[in-house]
Amino acid sequence: MSCWETIADYAFRSIGFGERLLPRSDFTVCQQFVLIGSGMLWNIYFGLVALLSGFFFATVVALGKASSNVLLRKPSEWFIFIFRGSPLFIQFFFAYFLFLSLKSVAPFFSPFTSAWLGALVVLFLNTAAYTGEIFYGALLSIPKSDTEAADAYGFSGFSRFKKITWPTMLRLAWPAYTNEAIFLFHATTLVFFSGFPARQQKGDALYYASYFADKTFNPFIPYPILAGYFILLTLVVIGVFGWVNKRLNRHLPQEARRKLRIRPNLIR
Amino acid sequence: MFEFCTNPETLGNFQWLACYLTIGKQFAFYKSFGVVLILLAITAPTALAFGFGAASMARARFGPLRWFGKGYIAVVRGVPDIAFFLFFVIALDQAFEYLRHKALCPDWDQPIRQGNDFIVCQAAKLPLGNAPQWIHETYGFFLAVLTFSIVFGAFAANVLYGAMRAVPRAQLETAEAYGMTHRQTFWRILVPQMWVYALPGLSNLWMVLIKATPLLFLLGIEDIVYWARDLGSTKSPKFTAYPHGDWRIWYFLALLVFYLAFTKVSEVVLDKIMKRLTHGQATAGGEAQRKAAV
Repeated sequence: MSCWETIADYAFRSIGFGERLLPRSDFTVCQQFVLIGSGMLWNIYFGLVALLSGFFFATVVALGKASSNVLLRKPSEWFIFIFRGSPLFIQFFFAYFLFLSLKSVAPFFSPFTSAWLGALVVLFLNTAAYTGEIFYGALLSIPKSDTEAADAYGFSGFSRFKKITWPTMLRLAWPAYTNEAIFLFHATTLVFFSGFPARQQKGDALYYASYFADKTFNPFIPYPILAGYFILLTLVVIGVFGWVNKRLNRHLPQEARRKLRIRPNLIR
Repeated sequence: MFEFCTNPETLGNFQWLACYLTIGKQFAFYKSFGVVLILLAITAPTALAFGFGAASMARARFGPLRWFGKGYIAVVRGVPDIAFFLFFVIALDQAFEYLRHKALCPDWDQPIRQGNDFIVCQAAKLPLGNAPQWIHETYGFFLAVLTFSIVFGAFAANVLYGAMRAVPRAQLETAEAYGMTHRQTFWRILVPQMWVYALPGLSNLWMVLIKATPLLFLLGIEDIVYWARDLGSTKSPKFTAYPHGDWRIWYFLALLVFYLAFTKVSEVVLDKIMKRLTHGQATAGGEAQRKAAV
């Protein structure tokens, strides 16, 4: 079987198109490349959707934590503490079993027991909490002179937030937020190891990588392939976020611009 | 455990629960919390030692040593997460068996990798085929600890490397002016002063390490996640005196609370240590303490 045929058979295997059976013997490097790459579709889906939706919720949470109103501040603080203080792995397990029991009460929850929605909800809440804390820190370090200048120009209420506070917060938070984004993509590999079933062997990149490692007793091929894919993904994330960072800082004099420092973390 | 537990079917709710929580299997669950704590207790110092070694290597004047230290930090930090855990356990196991195979069975002529199989001679198997169960478990745990230490060692190395560079250059120059050798400067001046710069990074790492412990489950250890899944699943009256429905949600809720409490306690303790270490230091934190005392 040539490599082109393998690509035709397995390129979209992870979302249910192409060959039904996974390769069972005589594994080729090409098969491993294609299937693990196919699994990356899930990682990208989880990471992208959670990141985009979590971004807005994180702004709300950060504003809540910075608020002087106790009724807004306490829930935000607890939300951040619960999701940052416990392992994502346990959160996945807990959420899965929570959705399972809810499903038996109300059929509305049945899609939540599959990974595409249930794990996404957990990742969304998790990244919202981590990002919320980053944004909160940035809110606190907005220079006083910026808000004073805004007051002097007659900005107030929502227009002050939209035009001054929020862009400055984003600008200050952006380097840390870039790390969080990388971190989130890495965290998506936990999904199929934590209760959420990979129905019909439709799994993510790590799911297929460990499948090959289990079958061939040789970790030295699938895991480096997986690492390669993730390094590529990380480079893309850095590229996109670097471009946004440039845009956010474009009004500043050259030397005052903050460079991105990429410090990916390991596990949440 | 309790005397009234002899006939569970006749018990009231509270007593039933008391009996249920003290059956033998539950104690395996409680013991697995100990496993997590032991893992942390062993891994943290080992990773710190690895990190210290790698950080001092990355500062070495001898080229290859420096490249090794920097390479180790870069590779482990650059590559994503649990892939490393899954990879290292098999890779380390095979590496040990391969080395023992080379040493113990020199006249073995077949290749070790035959297609999809990894074959070493019987004497090189780790642990030996006839070893008791507890040796297998200890060996698995040892591999897990080593894996955690390698991965977290790289992170600790990065933190310590930064801390070593944060020690004011003037301090080292003074040491040199006093005629100390490179080695003396390192041990007497640099190392004692670097901890205050390293602590914020190290405490962050500790939090990450706590939250990484459930991954033991992926390494095939019977840890809290394993037992929570096992004990929580539906138990029918046929096999146990304490039948119940699907309780996994409650078991995982307990784990969630355990981790939250552990994180909170660590936060408080690390804050205290930081306060003590900054006392009298020429940093912003130390300055703030001085002002507050006046």
